[in-house]
Amino acid sequence: MDFELSDDLAALQDVARDFAAEHIAPHARKWDREADISREVVTKLAELGFLGIFAPTEYGGAGLGDLAASVIMEEVARHCGATALMLDAHNALCSAHIIRAANDEQKKKYLTKLARGDYLGAWALTEPGCGSDAAALTTTAKLEGDHWALNGAKQWITNGHYAGVYVVMARTKPEGGAKGISAFLVERGTPGFEIGPKEDKMGMRGSDTVGLMFDNCRIPKENLCGKLNEGFIDAMKVLERGRITISAMSVGLARGALEESLSYAKQRTAFGKPIFEHQSVQFMLADMAMEIDAGRLLTRKAADLSDSGKSSNIEASMAKLFTSEMATRACLNAIQIHGGNGYTKEVPVERYMRDAKLCEIGEGSSQIQRIIISRHYLES
Amino acid sequence: MDFEFDDDHRMLAEQIRDFAFKEVARGAEDRDHSAAMTDDLLQQLRELGLFGIAIPEEYGGAGMGTVASTIVVEEVSKACAGTGVLLSAHTSLCVDPILRFGSAEQKKKYLPRMASGELIGCLSLTEPGSGSDAGAATCRAELKDDGWHIEGTKIFITNGKEAGVMVLIAVTDPDEPKRRLSAFIVDKPMKGLRIGKLEKKLGIKCSSTAEFAFEDCVVPRAALLGERGRGMRVALATLDGGRIGIAGQALGIAQACLYEAAKYAKTRVQFGQPIGKFQAIQSKIADMGVGVEAARLLTYRAAWLKDQGREYGQAAAMAKLFASEVASKAANHAVQVFGGYGYICDYPVERFLRDAKITELYEGTSEIHRLVIARGLAG
Repeated sequence: MDFELSDDLAALQDVARDFAAEHIAPHARKWDREADISREVVTKLAELGFLGIFAPTEYGGAGLGDLAASVIMEEVARHCGATALMLDAHNALCSAHIIRAANDEQKKKYLTKLARGDYLGAWALTEPGCGSDAAALTTTAKLEGDHWALNGAKQWITNGHYAGVYVVMARTKPEGGAKGISAFLVERGTPGFEIGPKEDKMGMRGSDTVGLMFDNCRIPKENLCGKLNEGFIDAMKVLERGRITISAMSVGLARGALEESLSYAKQRTAFGKPIFEHQSVQFMLADMAMEIDAGRLLTRKAADLSDSGKSSNIEASMAKLFTSEMATRACLNAIQIHGGNGYTKEVPVERYMRDAKLCEIGEGSSQIQRIIISRHYLES
Repeated sequence: MDFEFDDDHRMLAEQIRDFAFKEVARGAEDRDHSAAMTDDLLQQLRELGLFGIAIPEEYGGAGMGTVASTIVVEEVSKACAGTGVLLSAHTSLCVDPILRFGSAEQKKKYLPRMASGELIGCLSLTEPGSGSDAGAATCRAELKDDGWHIEGTKIFITNGKEAGVMVLIAVTDPDEPKRRLSAFIVDKPMKGLRIGKLEKKLGIKCSSTAEFAFEDCVVPRAALLGERGRGMRVALATLDGGRIGIAGQALGIAQACLYEAAKYAKTRVQFGQPIGKFQAIQSKIADMGVGVEAARLLTYRAAWLKDQGREYGQAAAMAKLFASEVASKAANHAVQVFGGYGYICDYPVERFLRDAKITELYEGTSEIHRLVIARGLAG
């Protein structure tokens, strides 16, 4: 057993922590207000290698695993959930799908650009009519000579406004259910591919979320990503690992809530002493700290399993369910500790709360996670 | 990072799981009803070497440390939490302070017999008027020519009936606010020590909970454990470690609840299908599963830190608080999954619910743990 990060990962943590404090924390409030994280920070993140976390070094990536990603994501989310979500969709969804399923030529063409930050990546599974029940998707792809013709609509696509390449799941076999879905690489600007307006969201406002419309959008035959009709399996595997990243984000947001609350509670006085000295405040802080530690352990265990090539499906679901729910609790308690101040935008905890809520919904809702986890005990 | 047990720990876990499933589970219901430990089971625990699991080999133990002793408590508690706490209290409340604070002679005198289980250990700390506020103890130890004269009452002593030795916390210096208490190693039986009533309890019934009345009980000068005036430190350090054992016990209970509830949900049919097909039940099972896994990680992290010789107080407090609350929630869920069958004694889950509650109370209540954790955050 060893519950500590290796020296390499501890060093990576320092880099991410310093970067987030210097380049993210001072701007996060503005990005939230203006509903746009600056492109400048995206460039800086690319320079740091954080847009190619998983990509093998031969494609210009950092070639790191899920444990490393979870370390980075926690530090970024500590100050800005939206920036972390941008990194998540780019690395853990779009790039990870390409790494997993694409052929060498596709990897050379797209991964290199993604890792460098020339392209931002997006991943499109959800549709207006299907979220949790993803296998019910209705966007179609039909082979017409040398091209695939895509028709349909996608919804809630993170990074969709800025992305250069999109991994799009579409139906290639009408009656196939989950076994009739394939993934495609679609480039921005392809005729017949329209990008909708940015959603106006409660939280994660700095991260762009759009709908995509495909109206007889023709893409080259070779842009099929992975095996025909096996795209859904790849998508589920990508989501499975993506849950680890979302967990780390949740831990980061909760840690932000705790750290802000601690410093506030130590300087704010009531009844003649810092509110930190009052048991009711101490209890909230203690629960936050304990649950953050539990959530981080669940996250890192799932990441470690995934990195060693073992099954991490259940562990990732457990981490995601626990951390997302505890992050919302932690953020709500942080607002409570801050009192009236916490309800204003003068302190960041209301933003953390709005950001954290997404983690209970995106990449598999808590309800879906509970079904996945229960199967482990009820069907074995 | 590496979250897996090494081979020795894995083998130990398998061995104890097997033993608990076959031997400890068998009489658990009877022991609960009769509220008594059996000599046979104690003998089996001795033969397996479970009393000496954390005692160094030079004293006849297995020298396996805290991860191992936690594994033992967890696995035994899956079958019977009362038996689990007997081992936990022996190891973490009596063996551990002797190991940490005892002199070479004290270790030589007690540890070999504690390793074999000839002497079972306990801790005499709580009094009628001092529970969470342990520093307010009044049981007095006065040094006279013939030794320490002990006068006072200790209560809620786990293993009080079986114990052959105790670590006792008593007031030696009433006028020194910061150095009022000292720790002692006291043999039992002992002239002047009367074993009072055995408590009737809600749960962990086969674990004895005794009252000790000291009436001019004289123990030798050499019974002092650690420095005079440092009894509070011995008590707090002992409880820090004890919390890991209780976390292990709570984890075992929670795991047993999950196992029984899932098994029942797979076979119980209502509305034409196993109740495990309903999301209402699935949701409970999932929450139990997540709670168990998170509690497991917190518990073994604390045990691992202790074995590494690192600071572990905060980690142990988190593990105990989290695991104990998970155990109570899991037990409540398990009874709910069983419905009316969960409320009758034909199934073990009502016992689990009664047993789970104690983990939120002893060796520091949940409230004390939250204060400990918050204090740790003060930095």
